[in-house]
Amino acid sequence: MKIIVCIKQVPDTAEVRINPETNTLIREGVPSIINPYDVHAIEAALQIKEKTGGTVTVVTMGPPQAEDALREAIAMGADEGKLVSDRAFAGADTWATSYALYKAIGKIGFDIILCGKQAIDGDTAQVGPEVAEFLNIPHISYVRKIEEVTDASLRVQRLMDDGYDVVEAALPVLLTVVKEINVPRLPSLKGKMAAKKAVIEKLDRLAIGAEEENVGLKGSPTQVRNIFAPQVKADRKILEGSVEEQVAALVREIRGLKCV
Amino acid sequence: MRIVVTTEGCTGCGQCIDSCPYTSLVMKDGKAFINEYCQFCRNCLSICPEGAIVEIADEGDAEQADLSAYKGVWVFAEQRGGKIAPVAYELIGAGGKLAHELKTDLSAVLLGSTAEEAKELIRWGADRVYHAADPVFGTFNDEPYAQMLTSLIRQHKPEIVLAGATPIGRSFVPRVAARLKTGLTADCTALEIDGESGHLLQVRPAFGGNIMATILCPNSRPQIATVRPRVMKRAQYDANRTGEIIPVAAENITCRTKVLETVKEASECMVNLQDAEFIISGGRGIGGEKGFALVRELADVLGGAVGASRAAVDEGWAPYSHQVGQTGKTVCPRIYIACGISGAVQHLVGMQSSDIIIAINKNPEAPIFNVATYGLVGDLNEVLPLLIKKLKEAKQ
Repeated sequence: MKIIVCIKQVPDTAEVRINPETNTLIREGVPSIINPYDVHAIEAALQIKEKTGGTVTVVTMGPPQAEDALREAIAMGADEGKLVSDRAFAGADTWATSYALYKAIGKIGFDIILCGKQAIDGDTAQVGPEVAEFLNIPHISYVRKIEEVTDASLRVQRLMDDGYDVVEAALPVLLTVVKEINVPRLPSLKGKMAAKKAVIEKLDRLAIGAEEENVGLKGSPTQVRNIFAPQVKADRKILEGSVEEQVAALVREIRGLKCV
Repeated sequence: MRIVVTTEGCTGCGQCIDSCPYTSLVMKDGKAFINEYCQFCRNCLSICPEGAIVEIADEGDAEQADLSAYKGVWVFAEQRGGKIAPVAYELIGAGGKLAHELKTDLSAVLLGSTAEEAKELIRWGADRVYHAADPVFGTFNDEPYAQMLTSLIRQHKPEIVLAGATPIGRSFVPRVAARLKTGLTADCTALEIDGESGHLLQVRPAFGGNIMATILCPNSRPQIATVRPRVMKRAQYDANRTGEIIPVAAENITCRTKVLETVKEASECMVNLQDAEFIISGGRGIGGEKGFALVRELADVLGGAVGASRAAVDEGWAPYSHQVGQTGKTVCPRIYIACGISGAVQHLVGMQSSDIIIAINKNPEAPIFNVATYGLVGDLNEVLPLLIKKLKEAKQ
């Protein structure tokens, strides 16, 4: 079984803030981490490998420092890491990112591809399904449980708004996973040693055979026009007085709204 | 087009480094340098005191595709078990405004379901419905949905396509965008037409909701966006409204996934947060299980639903299905009462479109007061019992 996990290195977004006056980022010392959903995808891949045998290859697209994320995945137990990196990929939106990953993954070969449901910096949830479309394979999103995997097919639970669906697919297939699927393991000492020694293969645009017009900014249909801080409401009223007075005022306001 | 730091202009002051939301500005040999993470948001251009960060044109930038063949606004109307999801009617509300501004019409696409449901789409404001009733669309599978929508778009060429940012829309629409090589913007919270260019301005939260971004799709069509449920307002329902329903045949549809079973999980936590008129939410400031019981009691008195901030869910005081915010649900009740919630932006994006927001917090500096219609500064253990008592009295 050849399993590929697509991961992304992201800033730990809970700590990113924007200064509304200057519109600049307050981002001192924000660490880079593996996108948390992708960590669950790595764990799911390792669990499949433990059942069926095979290899787990971790792939990421990003600048040279994204190599750290691949080494972290190897420390968890992945067999190898591939870094898809080229200056020509700059400015890639989800379309151009998916295209480059598809080209790279096509070169590596696979039975199952796993992705996190979305990355916490962009939150788009698009790259997984788009990679599947480019590869012309089926995909199942929001997988919360893998019920069964054989050499030919798998059966999973797909999370929906009102419950879940049990879905079956023949291999090859791409899955995107939610956090409920598992509890990721911590890197082992042996894994950390392997991560230190691992040779990470770097794949640039020519190595994956991607056309120039389909990568980076040129290959991106969407553009970020501007960014800004979320707005605040103007018509607000802070109640005054003792707690009793404030509560009485609030009850008056609620009654005034004819809700009680 | 590229954004570069001119080596002659850069003094290495480093002021630009933190202006980049994508960590693409780094110091290299004493000068600023833009790496592959650059998303061309142009935030850094105005930051550099030397004007050393510039936008330069590349060959081929000027090529403008002919987009004039694309006309009309479309809404993808999702259904589950044959019944159209409420988000479809909200999309019709939003899409109708865009169509009006563009002086064009509004069509809906319905896969599966019945002709009677298709008529509902007309009554809510669609001018036309493309309805593919084939049983292959009865339960949701990504490939048939993506193939059908792609084929309809190729045939009729709409300029804008909107879908719900739901497990269905967020899953199959990316396949459509990939196939058509066009832009897809996820989870939009506002949509507008740019007066000058006629492009769709798509506003969405990024970085966990800490920052808003306006996204454009200037050179390809259609412009596709998913919109979160409960963000847009429905248009007026008109039982007498008429329109055109065009039956569509499912041709050359393939499907390599199979839904074996659909399981509904109707837990009490489905509480219908998204349909509730009142939501009373508790956060970390509630202090514990005992405090949360007061939130539930207040909800009972008002006949509302119970919500929670991520902090309260992480503490185990409420199940995840009650969570409001970026990683939980987006809600817009008539009244939202936030008890002991400080108001991190991730929470605010999930509730700030509520009609009236009442914030109760002991810290007068808490950011929740920035979005509150009424703010009450005080200790919850004092305020909540008193409020419950007074409301009970008022009811009698």
